[in-house]
Amino acid sequence: MGLNSILFYFFAALAVVSAILMVTRRNIVHGAVYLITTLLATAGVFLLLQAEFLFITQVILYVGGIMVLFVFVIMLVNLDVSLLQYQFNRQRFVAGALALALAAQLFIVIKMGKTSLFPQARIPEVLPKNTEAVADALFGRFMLPFEIASILLLVAMIGAVVMAKRRV
Amino acid sequence: MSPQPYFLDHIWLIPMFPLVTAAVMLFYGRRLSNQIVSWLCSGSVFISFIYSVGAFFQIVARPSGERIFTKILFEWIPAGTYHLLDGRIAKFVADWGFQIDPLSCVMVLVVTGVGFLIHVYSTGYMAHEGGYYRFFGYLNLFMFSMLMLVLANNLLLLFVGWEGVGTCSYLLIGFYFHKKSASDAGKKAFIVNRIGDAGFLLGIFLTSALLGTIRFVEIGPALTAGGFAIGDPRITAIALLFFVGATGKSAQIPLYVWLPDAMEGPTPVSALIHAATMVTAGVYMVTRTNAIYQLSPKAMGVVALVGAITALFAASMGVVQNDIKKVLAYSTVSQLGYMFLACGVGAFTAGIFHLMTHAFFKGLLFLAAGSVIHAVSGEQDMRKMGALSKKIPVTYWTMLIAALAIAGIFPFAGFISKDLILGKAYEKDALLWAIGYFTAGMTAFYMFRLIFMTFHGTSRVDHEVEHHIHESPKSMLVPLVILAALSFVGGWISWPEIFGGNSHFIHFLSSVVAVPHEARIEPVKGPGSEHGEIFLMILSEGLVILGILFAWFLYVKRTDLPQKIANSFGGFYKLVYNKYYVDQLYDALFVNRAKDLGLALGAFDRNVIDGLGVNGAGWLTRSISKVSMWWDTWIVDGSVRLGARIVWIFSYPIRLIQDGLVQSYMLLIVIGLIGFFGYYFYMARHAIH
Amino acid sequence: MVPVDHYLWLSLALFTIGVIGVLTRRNVIIILMSIELILNAVNINLVAFSHMFGNVDGQVFAIFIITDAAAEAAVGLGIILAFFRNRETLLADEMDMLKW
Repeated sequence: MGLNSILFYFFAALAVVSAILMVTRRNIVHGAVYLITTLLATAGVFLLLQAEFLFITQVILYVGGIMVLFVFVIMLVNLDVSLLQYQFNRQRFVAGALALALAAQLFIVIKMGKTSLFPQARIPEVLPKNTEAVADALFGRFMLPFEIASILLLVAMIGAVVMAKRRV
Repeated sequence: MSPQPYFLDHIWLIPMFPLVTAAVMLFYGRRLSNQIVSWLCSGSVFISFIYSVGAFFQIVARPSGERIFTKILFEWIPAGTYHLLDGRIAKFVADWGFQIDPLSCVMVLVVTGVGFLIHVYSTGYMAHEGGYYRFFGYLNLFMFSMLMLVLANNLLLLFVGWEGVGTCSYLLIGFYFHKKSASDAGKKAFIVNRIGDAGFLLGIFLTSALLGTIRFVEIGPALTAGGFAIGDPRITAIALLFFVGATGKSAQIPLYVWLPDAMEGPTPVSALIHAATMVTAGVYMVTRTNAIYQLSPKAMGVVALVGAITALFAASMGVVQNDIKKVLAYSTVSQLGYMFLACGVGAFTAGIFHLMTHAFFKGLLFLAAGSVIHAVSGEQDMRKMGALSKKIPVTYWTMLIAALAIAGIFPFAGFISKDLILGKAYEKDALLWAIGYFTAGMTAFYMFRLIFMTFHGTSRVDHEVEHHIHESPKSMLVPLVILAALSFVGGWISWPEIFGGNSHFIHFLSSVVAVPHEARIEPVKGPGSEHGEIFLMILSEGLVILGILFAWFLYVKRTDLPQKIANSFGGFYKLVYNKYYVDQLYDALFVNRAKDLGLALGAFDRNVIDGLGVNGAGWLTRSISKVSMWWDTWIVDGSVRLGARIVWIFSYPIRLIQDGLVQSYMLLIVIGLIGFFGYYFYMARHAIH
Repeated sequence: MVPVDHYLWLSLALFTIGVIGVLTRRNVIIILMSIELILNAVNINLVAFSHMFGNVDGQVFAIFIITDAAAEAAVGLGIILAFFRNRETLLADEMDMLKW
């Protein structure tokens, strides 16, 4: 069991525990902090998988961008009364059971597919330089989706401004 | 074509001057001062008079065979051709055309001359009345209509003037429209005239359909061309229809009833319209169409008889009237009867001659009566007058002259014209003469009864009025004096040949009577010798003087006698005093029947048309709409609501899911995923085995 | 060397936690964060397979998903702000105006 495995299990355990805490905390700010932890742990997993570009993107975009946005909104709308309310809705038991059922089904799928679904992994000895490869793919074969994604961001930006602004 | 004499070529201007001022008065009169109104209105009539005199002299200057001139301004109704009753084809011609010949010349001179004097008189008489400009506007409109009537060259244009004078008469009778009696009198005059007008209009239609022309100058030739014999019933029909119109306009039996009531109008109006001009339109029209009358001895007989009876009948009513204007009104009806008597016996020129002299002395009588009324502060009842001769001498003397003229004292105008008529009547029929003769005596009696009651005897004037009595202003007296002079000498233009005269006037007019009646109707010669004529004159003079003396005896000498006589003839006096109850008879026979018809039609309208028709349709619609509404509410709406209710019932389980909560929907997604994977496992197991 | 299915177990665990969060929490912001968690779980899968096949396509796909997540977070939080301004609440089970 090499260092890679140890780090992986550590990050995996960190991510899962943080996710559980995030979902169960009463205070949203705490939840946000645990989500950051989960995302960072995931970023670590990406690094272990030699996806350096994605690792950086995950840290900068998710942790530095999206989560800051979340915290801002939490600060804007945070109500003290929300701490005194029930945090789970009426359908919580049914929903929990069904979610676990779905998880069980997925578990079976993965188990069933372990032999058939994944052929023997053949990892090339020398991987191409990750950032270069991603750039090649992004600006080559995925040019069109990339541009469409930029349009999507533009639309989302305008939509967010329109939704968030006070009524003129 | 050589240039026409100026005044003849411009006769169409004669009616236009009053029309222009009438328009100015009726549109702008309110803003003009009384003085400007007086000058404008009298001035325009005076200019018309100047043109009339000019036209008269230019007509006289022509040789006696060519004394007819026609000026056609433009074609009025271009109606094209049509079939006559006997199948011939004729072209309908109705021009805006003016005709002047000796007859219209005389009429125009009388209308504009007397009209002008009455205008001048009115400036004094109406000076303190409201609606001064309105009065003169109507008066000028009347002048226009009357001049159109006498100058028209065809029947239709004459009818325009005929209706115009009727309208103005209505407007002026009802001038004091705030008085109910005045507005009622105006309506009565208008409606009674309409009856006559309907007859006249039918006559015009029949003329057009029978002769193919309505131009006066073409009627005679058309009669000849149509080959109508004397006594042709169709011609008699036309003549009688025309005469119906004439009885309406000229107040003859049976349509005379409006004229006494018309005295509600201002006195100058009574003088101008209801004595001098408009009421003579019927005589003028009969004379104008004499070619037709001469073909119908029967119609002539009717005209003469109606005229004679009207003369006597109206005179008898005049004897007992106490209202000074009513006496004159009945006198007018009576004198108009004389004119028709003249026309009826074929003496059309004598009728026109009497028309002219009558315009002078009857106009004067009315104006003098107006002056009297003016003097006694509006009182019209002769029983409240008396002994006025010293206080208003000018009025007295002029009125006396007029009374002598109408009574027929030698050598006043009335004597000459009346005796001409009586002479002609005697030639025709002694009975007609007898009626006329007796009427002349009555005329003298009631006229001098008026003079004596008003100016002589003891004063019966109210005390507060007594010291207000004053002579009228100059503007009123000057016309009186001029008319008095005309009443005196007016008859001399036709000085009888037996007195060494030459009957200028009769000869002047004779060209109008196109077909000498002697040529077509065998004259019935009575004692037509000169001695006979003089004998008749002396006879009538004697009766007239007797009548005057009788009046003097009763109303100056023995003022207590009239009442006794009235009492001893109680029933008859009452009958005459109430005008033979003709108004009541007409009310009972026609007016109330017309009202009953109106009420019956009203009831029919209310009960059958409204009740059955309108309300029934309304009820039917409402009932149908009720059924329709029931159908709509329960069947149409019901089916819609039933569908909605069914959908609502079946949607119940789905609505349970649709709770609007995002998380419920997400839970459904999860359930869907579970189902999807369940299906996947099921298929995978079966694929393996 | 970590076998590929371990990445899948991790992904499955995060996914399930995210689904439970989405389905049971009342606070809308927590729900949004749970969605981020689900998306992240997917990314792990993609990157794991990408590594397994030595192919960067999976990573490119993950980048698109991150972009998507950013857009979704921006619009979603805008909606939450606007809603909070109008209704003074953040509870998902009080947002029932979609009901018939």
